[in-house]
Amino acid sequence: MTPTYYLLLSALLFAIGAVGVLVRRNAIVVFMCIELMLNAVNLTLVTFARINGRLDGQVMAFFVMVVAAAEVVVGLAIIMSIFRTRRTASVDDANLLKY
Amino acid sequence: MSFIAQATPLEAPPIDYGAIAPLLIVLGMACISVLVEAFLPRHQRWPVQVALSLVTLVAAGLALGLYAGTGPDGITTLAEAIAVDPPTLFLWGTLLALALGSVLLIADRSVEPGGAFLASAESRAAVAAGGGGLGGRPGKSGEERGYGSPDQAPTMQTEVFPFTLFALGGMMTFVAANDLLTMFIALEVLSLPLYLMCGLARRRRLLSQEAAVKYFLLGAFASAFFLYGLALIYGYAGTVKFPEIADAVVASPMSDALLLSGLALLVVGLMFKGSVGPFHTWTPDVYQGAPTPVTAFMAACTKVAAFGGILRVLHVAFGDSRWEWRGVLWAVAIASMAIGAVIGLTQTDVKRMVAYSSVAHAGFLLLGAMSITEQGVSGTLFYLLAYGFTTLAVFGVISLVRDADGEATHLSQWAGLAKRSPVLAAVMTFLLLALAGIPLTSGFTAKFAVFAAALEDGMAPLVVIALIASAVAAFFYIRVIVLMYFSEPAADGPAVTVPGAFTTAAITLGVLITLVLGIVPTLALGWAGAGGFVG
Repeated sequence: MTPTYYLLLSALLFAIGAVGVLVRRNAIVVFMCIELMLNAVNLTLVTFARINGRLDGQVMAFFVMVVAAAEVVVGLAIIMSIFRTRRTASVDDANLLKY
Repeated sequence: MSFIAQATPLEAPPIDYGAIAPLLIVLGMACISVLVEAFLPRHQRWPVQVALSLVTLVAAGLALGLYAGTGPDGITTLAEAIAVDPPTLFLWGTLLALALGSVLLIADRSVEPGGAFLASAESRAAVAAGGGGLGGRPGKSGEERGYGSPDQAPTMQTEVFPFTLFALGGMMTFVAANDLLTMFIALEVLSLPLYLMCGLARRRRLLSQEAAVKYFLLGAFASAFFLYGLALIYGYAGTVKFPEIADAVVASPMSDALLLSGLALLVVGLMFKGSVGPFHTWTPDVYQGAPTPVTAFMAACTKVAAFGGILRVLHVAFGDSRWEWRGVLWAVAIASMAIGAVIGLTQTDVKRMVAYSSVAHAGFLLLGAMSITEQGVSGTLFYLLAYGFTTLAVFGVISLVRDADGEATHLSQWAGLAKRSPVLAAVMTFLLLALAGIPLTSGFTAKFAVFAAALEDGMAPLVVIALIASAVAAFFYIRVIVLMYFSEPAADGPAVTVPGAFTTAAITLGVLITLVLGIVPTLALGWAGAGGFVG
């Protein structure tokens, strides 16, 4: 197995995540797609650490995980608060601000 | 896994505490501020938090001044993760001063009784139960005023102060970050509190929450792009430190496709934060929906931080490959100026209009950031200083024009304002002229510095486009001035609130600096040009 396949896989996962953010309606699902993008990045980092023969890529993956966890806390709090007032988590219904 | 076995024991890197003292003060006091929030009874929190924030900013400013007066010219510390050099010191000073003004606006409780932020948690629950789905419309002013018992003074949630300090700490780290990983962490530390602050408005809860959701989802999306760019550049260069990336650009055996796609994704993430050009879509919505003091903080400080980061990335890490990326950034700058100037013309809401003006200004700033010369750096730094204070004062003024339902931001409500309040109209006129770049204001000097740098670096066509864009943008600033002075005021128009001491101080600070930088810019230009980046 060459490490290149892992790079292709992570690029694919990143693309799936990005498309998901653009096409899904539910804020929670959009948010999950963003998490998928971050995890794709982790795979890239670890693969490059392997290719370059250095450790720091693996360490960076840990940093990314911590940041992703913090982002979940803030993100779910915001989505919860808008769900409480609107009774829906659809991003299409959040349309008061425009033009 | 042979390389794991070879790793030598880790040695702790030396830390230059004097150099990073301002950063440590801000982040440390932010933690203390969280403890205050947790342990003090509610009625004591507001005075303590305000005092704590102001003391923090002044102390960090003093530490910065002390170091700038005595310290060496430019160093890196914490294993080269943080670079403290003249541009960093200038940006730290700018950020601290702007944050001081923003904290004054945030702390003010005289304009909106009890402050612009959410009241206590109980009243919030009452709002959610009783008024769900209907807030955000005019005519429901009574429902969201949770003052507790009638004899109690209006309170507000004071979480906004630790948020401000954490965001400020993130911004200060962001402009000093000397590797991409530190930059990413700083980006998140500055963004996460800002997402929350957007959703805290006392009035128009739905607009505020919608702004928070939009900002959060788009911001997280953009930081994922930034991170993927980081990973690709790590693959290309084998490191994320800026000076080593610059070396690798000349010598790396990997394919250039990796470098260029990595740089492109990285730049998307950075441009998003600076609300540049086609990545600006969140800006008008968030500026309009967020509480105005938060918008002031966001508009002034985030712009400074984002462009500080863009400057360092382009100059230190990718200065040598400028011929490869410059064409793309030309297109981005033109798009940004065109979008800001043209769509700004059609806006009917003052806050959205200022948002589009900030998109146009981001395009002008990009001109300076693309010039890989000393004039480019100093011009951009000066522009950030000038723009930050003008914007801060503009939002301070916007928060004063109110009717029964809160702020009156629709342009038609501003008609004939000069007849009701000549002073406020004069201040707003001066600030709008500064944004348009009329001589004797800081806006003119800043634009001149940036355009001159771009011209010298061989970007004459872009400067011509920028001049046309600023002429178009001047139209919508002047439209507001004409509306204020030459229209009849509406019968049920908004009243101008007499500001309390805090808001007055913040607006005065912004106006004074806009004026002083316009008349005697030499001193600040000298500081901005004191030296280049290390590495």
